[in-house]
Amino acid sequence: MKAKIIITPKKAVVDPQGKAVQNALEHMGYSGINAVHVGKYLEIELNGADRDTACRQLDEACHRFLSNPVIEDYKLEIE
Amino acid sequence: MNFAVLQFPASNCDQDALHALRDVLGHSARYVWHKETSLDDADALIVPGGFSYGDYLRCGAIARFSPVMQALQQFATNGGLVLGICNGFQVLCEAGLLPGALIRNRSLQFRCEHIFLKTLTTESPFTNRIPEGNLLKIPIAHGEGCYFADEDTLNKLKANNQILWQYCNAQGEVTEQSNPNGSLWNIAGICDERRNVAGLMPHPERACEAILGSADGSLIFESLIHALKSAAVAKAA
Repeated sequence: MKAKIIITPKKAVVDPQGKAVQNALEHMGYSGINAVHVGKYLEIELNGADRDTACRQLDEACHRFLSNPVIEDYKLEIE
Repeated sequence: MNFAVLQFPASNCDQDALHALRDVLGHSARYVWHKETSLDDADALIVPGGFSYGDYLRCGAIARFSPVMQALQQFATNGGLVLGICNGFQVLCEAGLLPGALIRNRSLQFRCEHIFLKTLTTESPFTNRIPEGNLLKIPIAHGEGCYFADEDTLNKLKANNQILWQYCNAQGEVTEQSNPNGSLWNIAGICDERRNVAGLMPHPERACEAILGSADGSLIFESLIHALKSAAVAKAA
């Protein structure tokens, strides 16, 4: 099994990286971009077999450690 | 007084802090390695600047789970004085000992320069020796010092007088131009609700001797020392 975690800045948090990437895209001539948000992607390889346990544990880890709930949101998928 | 200066892998302001406390201010100070679980007879803790654990994932995110942090949490719960400087401030926020978070500077640039600080309250163990209206000239050196907290948290900080320092200009005006990193409300440093844990992004330990361009930082450490002495006197009486 593999866990895929996407961490993004909360909408209320200023994201200067996203803004810089957006500006660069616009300078390059790409149009129609409303906003860019730069986050993180983590891939975690799991050796357990129980999907529910893995999901529960990783959800806790996302909340406690992998993301900071003050400034970030996360999405956890297990496949 | 006995100060303990925490050391994580890649802390790099630990020696400056020890020098300021021991050699400049004449107090006893020692390092505490991140694997230690006891703080022994420490009267106050300094969580120094640097790039703890490479600042991987987020600044301070990994350091907060190191063994010494459990002892620090207990020390803080017991009312012990804890000051986090720069990366130390980030660690204390990550640990939940201080509200909010420190994110990438709005300019995306690492800023390394002297700034001015306005002290908002002298009613804390970290500011009690700073004369009213006296600006502090202290250096900053960080890429991730933009203070963020949601509106409720900011209002609570203000209502409880927990905002200790704001970035200002040489005239003491809190302006957008004097804000080096985009911090909300120009916040440079705060304390917790019980007022025994504080953090700030600027480096007072680098501004304790005139030869370094400013000795204003020593006022913050002298405040700590004054608070410790007052507490010792009260305990004895």
